[in-house]
Amino acid sequence: MSENNKPRRDFIKLASMTLGGVGAASLAIPFISSMQPGKDALALASTEIDLTPIPEGESLTVVWRGKPVFIRHRSQEEIQIAQETKIEDLIDIEEDSVRVQNDKWLIVLGVCTHLGCVPLGQKTTDSKGDYGGWFCPCHGSHYDTSGRIRKGPAPKNLEVPPYVFLSENRIKIG
Amino acid sequence: MSFNDPHGYKKNLSSPYTGVKGWIDSRLPLIRMMEAEYLKFPVPKSLNYFWSFGGIAMFCLIGLILSGIFLGMHYKPSAAEAFNSVERIMRDVQFGWLVRYLHMNLASFFFIATYIHIFRALYFGSYKAPRELVFIFGMLMFLLMMGTAFLGYTLPWGQMSYWGATVITNLFSAIPVVGDSILLTLLGDFTVSDATVNRFYVLHWLLAFAIVGLVVFHVITLHMTGSNNPTGMEPQNWDETLSFHPYMTIKDTKAMVLFFILVAFILFYYPNIMGHSDNYIRANALVTPAHIVPEWYFLPFYAILRAIPDKLGGVLAMFGSIAVLFILPWLDTSKVRSCLYRPIWRICVLLFALNFFVLMYMGAKPASDIYVLISRIGTAYWFLFFLVLAPLVGYLETPRQPVTISNYIRDKKA
Amino acid sequence: MIKKILLAILFINFYTFTFASEAKIEIPKYDWSWKGFFGTYDRSAAQRGFKVYKEVCSGCHSMNLLSYRNLEDLGFSEDQIKVIAASSLIEDGPNAEGEMYERDALPSDRFVDPYPNANAARASNNGAYPSDLSLIVKARPKGADYIKALLMGYVEPPQGVTVPEGMYYNAYMEGHQIAMPAPLIDGSIDYDEGTEPTLDQLATDVTTFMAWAAEPYLEDRKRLGVKVILFLLVLFVLTYISKERIWRDVK
Repeated sequence: MSENNKPRRDFIKLASMTLGGVGAASLAIPFISSMQPGKDALALASTEIDLTPIPEGESLTVVWRGKPVFIRHRSQEEIQIAQETKIEDLIDIEEDSVRVQNDKWLIVLGVCTHLGCVPLGQKTTDSKGDYGGWFCPCHGSHYDTSGRIRKGPAPKNLEVPPYVFLSENRIKIG
Repeated sequence: MSFNDPHGYKKNLSSPYTGVKGWIDSRLPLIRMMEAEYLKFPVPKSLNYFWSFGGIAMFCLIGLILSGIFLGMHYKPSAAEAFNSVERIMRDVQFGWLVRYLHMNLASFFFIATYIHIFRALYFGSYKAPRELVFIFGMLMFLLMMGTAFLGYTLPWGQMSYWGATVITNLFSAIPVVGDSILLTLLGDFTVSDATVNRFYVLHWLLAFAIVGLVVFHVITLHMTGSNNPTGMEPQNWDETLSFHPYMTIKDTKAMVLFFILVAFILFYYPNIMGHSDNYIRANALVTPAHIVPEWYFLPFYAILRAIPDKLGGVLAMFGSIAVLFILPWLDTSKVRSCLYRPIWRICVLLFALNFFVLMYMGAKPASDIYVLISRIGTAYWFLFFLVLAPLVGYLETPRQPVTISNYIRDKKA
Repeated sequence: MIKKILLAILFINFYTFTFASEAKIEIPKYDWSWKGFFGTYDRSAAQRGFKVYKEVCSGCHSMNLLSYRNLEDLGFSEDQIKVIAASSLIEDGPNAEGEMYERDALPSDRFVDPYPNANAARASNNGAYPSDLSLIVKARPKGADYIKALLMGYVEPPQGVTVPEGMYYNAYMEGHQIAMPAPLIDGSIDYDEGTEPTLDQLATDVTTFMAWAAEPYLEDRKRLGVKVILFLLVLFVLTYISKERIWRDVK
């Protein structure tokens, strides 16, 4: 009799072990989820910025989601350099036209794509690197006037955050 | 190593296993230890479901530590931020409400399991020789549990948190001469304050892990003697024992699943039933709630505290009521362990359990005449039970002859 | 036998608690949409309740654990919430010049307090502090029942009872004296076509809103609870059978 019952017994034992294991493992879901950004962080406001106080050739740093955003009011010369750079010279190939909505305003995240430092180049006194954009002092990455990586260990161009022009001199990031 | 070792101080490097398992085991003998202590470990055949509550309590502790770790990632131990950070956990952290309610309710269920576990020890005489140290480590854990629970209850910084902490820390001011300076050192300020909640948070963690440490000692001492059982008789031969695995593991798992169904029911449908609504009001140092009550698991001891009309006396009675538990193994003079064979002591123990609930009820009531009177009778019985009945009944009572484990099982089947 | 006693005791023990916190004043029991295993908040009642809070309560009572964005949960659209938030001013700053400035509140902001601080709140209310309402339903022993009863409990004091200046008689308040004048009367709010703004309706709606505010995750909790308990029941049946089978040969 016990011979006949053997397979069934194994099945039930197996099933309870599996189910118990699944139950214990699913306890990890709420615990791990609780480590992710909370609803308050996710709902953080989008930032609106008035561009009028930034003179041509200068930059402003604003904070969005806790990260610095570089806003540069580019001069005619800087725009020209950015647009005329040859594709072959780029590491992460991107035309200047896809990186800006309005040629005068370059808006990028001020986070080096190498290991997350904040590059120099925002203040007029800062080193702007070999390509007139930004220079990351941590490991020596050079960015051009379109925020594209030109030299150094960083693999990608400075990221362009989502933004819209609300009017000619007002943008909303996020 | 080939030199002579007459005392057996050298470790045995040869492992019963081969391969990777053997390689590890000969260097770190965890595998053979786990096998000896948890798989093959012999336990008496006659254990009933009362014996499942130790394991259940341990799983409550694990759940508390896990949920505590994740709460600690969001909680802010300061007077200004504590209340809001708890509400942020409830509202904004993903599944935060679940983690927090789990922590809150598991604390209560940890006490429920522990109280049943302690009752089991009293009823079946598990505290008696040679298991005195098992019992003492258990009591130490119980003491630390109460400390941890008290500290933890302060952290949400509600009205009951604040005033509970105020009242309980003020107990220390009852100590003559040094009481007031102890109180100041404890609080780090002149009242329960920012400094207090910050250190309570640290100590809450510390005590929680101290309990884990004591669990290890509790289990080591238990595994020296083996489990007691309803007959109170030691197993006479292998036939009266079963291996821990699979017999106890499956039995305990079954009991645990049932217990956690109850936990889930309270957790998901009445999560605040064992708490007090005043703790959802932010702490206010200038307004005391009309009716202060501690958490339910402290109520019997709170009743004892209030039963004595003198401040120092009340504090001494309360701590004394726990202290007497520690010496119970030597107070009980009976040769027989289990209440099944001790007709008079059995009544005493059941009355003790009933008295525990009476005191619990009294602790929740306002301190008016009739309730104080009943509390005093209850307090008197508490001490009478340990200090008079335990030695006297053991001496005077004629116990019945306990049956062997095999006969007990045979009788039960019949 | 012992097991039975133990189970009985376990429940008495929960029972003592409800007992201990019971007020002497009998609070009526009302029917609430969120009670029971599958209860949910009545969204339209809560939305109307928010209107009552906004137009009446928020003059004195803060609700600062809530953010405007939370209202999405009650069925308000993102644009509606922006408009609701923008109707309050909030202090922000400092700006580039180092000065604080006022701006319209955003959906991510907490509900703006009616008073700049607790002392100002007391000073404007005869020394009584209007409680924050975010958690009020959880912070009272009888919860929603008590809140609704209180809102409807403004009656003529019985003969011989005098109420001091600046206080009001309320049938359900502890001690029957309350510093808050009757906040709601029949028709004190204009509702959209279809709902009659009777006192009972207003009190029900605003209590529903406050119940939601105190525990917005209640629906998640109940939904998950059913699943967890069903899961554990299945697991129990399996462990029960396994135990019987493993122990079958034990004599």
